[in-house]
Amino acid sequence: MRAFAHLLDRLSFTPGRNAKLVLLTDYLAHVPDPERGWAMASLTGDLSLDAAKPAMIRKAVEARVDPQLFSLSYDFVGDLAETVALIWDPKPGANAEPQLPEVVDTLRAASRREVPQLLERWLDALDADGRWALLKLLSGGLRVGVSARLAKQALAQLGNVPLADIEDLWHGQTPPYEDLFAWLSGRGEKPSADAPARFRPVMLAQALDAPGDFSKLNAAEYAAEWKWDGIRVQAVNEGGEKRLYSRTGDDIGKSFPDVLEALNFEGVLDGELLVLQTGSIASFGDLQQRLNRKTTDAALMRKFPVGIRAYDLLLEGDQDLRRLPFTDRRQRLEAFIARLNNPRIDLSPLQSFESWEELTALRAHPPEGDAQKAEGLMLKRRDSIYEAGRPKGPWFKWKRDPHLVDAVLMYAQRGHGKRSGFYSDYTFGVWRDEKDGSRSLTPVGKAYFGFTDEELTRLDKFVRDNTVERFGPVRSVRADQDFGLVLEIAFEGLLRSARHKSGVAMRFPRVHRIRWDKPSREADELVTLEKILDKELAGRGPKPETPL
Amino acid sequence: MPFPWSRSALKFSDLLRPAEAGLYCPPGDFYIDPVTPVARAVITHGHGDHARSGHGTVLATAETLAIMATRYGADFAATQEAAPYGAPVMRDGVSVTLRPAGHILGSAQCALTWKGMSIVVSGDYKRRRDPTCRQFEQVACDVFVSEATFGLPVFRHPPDNEEVEKLLISLRQFPERTHLVGAYALGKAQRLIVLLREAGYGETIYVHGAMTNLNALYESFGVALGPLASGTSDSGDKLPGKIVIAPPSAIADRWARRFADPLPVFASGWMRVRARARQRGIELPLILSDHGDWEELTTTISGIRPQELWVTHGNEDALLRWAQLNGIEAKALKLVGYEDEEA
Repeated sequence: MRAFAHLLDRLSFTPGRNAKLVLLTDYLAHVPDPERGWAMASLTGDLSLDAAKPAMIRKAVEARVDPQLFSLSYDFVGDLAETVALIWDPKPGANAEPQLPEVVDTLRAASRREVPQLLERWLDALDADGRWALLKLLSGGLRVGVSARLAKQALAQLGNVPLADIEDLWHGQTPPYEDLFAWLSGRGEKPSADAPARFRPVMLAQALDAPGDFSKLNAAEYAAEWKWDGIRVQAVNEGGEKRLYSRTGDDIGKSFPDVLEALNFEGVLDGELLVLQTGSIASFGDLQQRLNRKTTDAALMRKFPVGIRAYDLLLEGDQDLRRLPFTDRRQRLEAFIARLNNPRIDLSPLQSFESWEELTALRAHPPEGDAQKAEGLMLKRRDSIYEAGRPKGPWFKWKRDPHLVDAVLMYAQRGHGKRSGFYSDYTFGVWRDEKDGSRSLTPVGKAYFGFTDEELTRLDKFVRDNTVERFGPVRSVRADQDFGLVLEIAFEGLLRSARHKSGVAMRFPRVHRIRWDKPSREADELVTLEKILDKELAGRGPKPETPL
Repeated sequence: MPFPWSRSALKFSDLLRPAEAGLYCPPGDFYIDPVTPVARAVITHGHGDHARSGHGTVLATAETLAIMATRYGADFAATQEAAPYGAPVMRDGVSVTLRPAGHILGSAQCALTWKGMSIVVSGDYKRRRDPTCRQFEQVACDVFVSEATFGLPVFRHPPDNEEVEKLLISLRQFPERTHLVGAYALGKAQRLIVLLREAGYGETIYVHGAMTNLNALYESFGVALGPLASGTSDSGDKLPGKIVIAPPSAIADRWARRFADPLPVFASGWMRVRARARQRGIELPLILSDHGDWEELTTTISGIRPQELWVTHGNEDALLRWAQLNGIEAKALKLVGYEDEEA
């Protein structure tokens, strides 16, 4: 438990992705089976104990600690699990520290009524970090900023194998993954990837850098189709086992029983999950009604019928098509979809074009209908096999141009790692008319990239020279009608937000240009954003940060 | 109390009471750790909020006097009087004895006896072993005056060697990053260096310029620090994989830019609370304090079992509650002007 506790502790304080990877790989290399397997499972979400509710934890601590001392402490620390971990005064002569596998095995065999006693016994035997880790593990959700993908990447690094291999195998493995670790440490055979209706790692596209890339690419070698604004999914039916996966391999079938039921084929489809009303798609906002729900009721399913617009065919029957070129897969996909004759599954049509100029025009002026709700275009090399991951060259995504807005820098915060000591996170605002006729700035977003190192040095100096107030690591910067720094912000879309005073939240904002020349009073107004928002709601909608 | 007839006449506050400049002893006419210049002062230890310049006479340990001279110049007081630990000094009938407080080099508790009454002013203290200073001694008394910096039961500092080990493990994991450790320049920095040496770290440790004189002073009192170098030189070496120790304020500021992808570390008792570490952007919190934790505070008070406990500064509410639960009369003095060097 000690090593696991230290891992969680370090991960929770480490912002950098690469640094997290170092910590994970180091842990996996030094900790034996089966502990490392259970640790992996808890990080990837394959293990969810969910055994202790806050009320139970509270009750346990109240039996031990004077309520007044507890309440003074809780006020100071501000987090229940942490307060309990710190304040817990172990009874002398406690048993040996429990190991992670012991905790997992015991909890899985225990009844609900036994949990409080187990909890108490373990809290007595652990140190403060161990108690904190145990409470996190038992209350479900570690929340240390590690995605399942990052955890798998650590496995890949541990065994010095491609990430795609891990992803390919993953769905056939069960915790604590001893076969997998045996293979990764060179002590065993590569485990079989065969598992009924398993997830096949998806192929992703690189962002296109037009026109730079166009000079190197031959238009005749590429097929183009719209990039639909829903959720990328993989729909599987193998021998009657039906599954719906997100592009990261999460099983999302529970949220979409209507789609799952409609999978009347044998094979594996790659496509976009969309709200489909009589053959045409609704906005992303409609799809959002179906996301992040624990249960789905019939009324909601009727109101927002969901379907799949197919991009690719990975398996037809039991035949794996992934090594075939795109053109061949595409032909089989078209025939496959036609045979299905399924109102919930249609085809993402290819767009014919002769030259990059023609495609550029198509992207700028999509025809009436669904195309106007697309996020942009996808380019797929006609000879490309279906490769897991994000290979360089075969596939490109070419999103529509971002929205641009001129905003005024309002607050700056110090960064981390290579940017320690630099004010590198910027909160910016736009003008809003007040009731009394005056104008004031209202914050609309935060950006921390999009500038060069030289620009950062200059921005940092600007922040230091024009600081009005300091709150811990944050500085407020002079920004009024007569003075202020204008930042041209690029962003992908807007969401309505009750949490933000301005009422809007940006998707993927970054600094596009620094307008040292532009007077602050000429920056944009909130009305501009509201207009964009109205359009968004009518047509192309933004995606949430994490679908599902 | 040997004079039972005088009991009704004499109160503890006749010997010591809070005044504007700090704790004042009327019969001896001196202050303990006064925050403004006074004629006669007793100084418990060299931290800036306790040891200020401009007093008439200063009574302190030789180490504390040396620290003050380093910080303020040799003429920091009109008269300096060095008192060895355990040797009573008379001040107009009041006996003043300095006893080790275990806080930093030269730190002392101030034990007063007068007309059969005894009061011990602990100053800042800790009980655990510290290789850079004399270990805390528990002194019996009628009134114990305690600090309460970490006076909450959530503060139980882990063993020092475990914290130092965390730093050494991180150096192995991130050999390309400078480990930039925030540590208070007087006491904490030197203790951390010695703890690293004890853990077998023999490499050069780089230090911020603000620490150079204090490091030399510690060495002159026999505290060996091993190979040190300036972390401030502009040699262009970004010091990847090295330990650089700097005052806490420097590690998140411009000064930090010179290093290789610095990994911010902070050595302080406050690092026990995760939100505190996160607010400062610390990636590796080391829970290392020169103040006693809850265990040390309550062990000390239980051991002495004074007639009265006076709490000077810190999180006094919980300590007062604890005293109440344990049948010890206690009050908060609410002294002002004492900061917390670990924050």
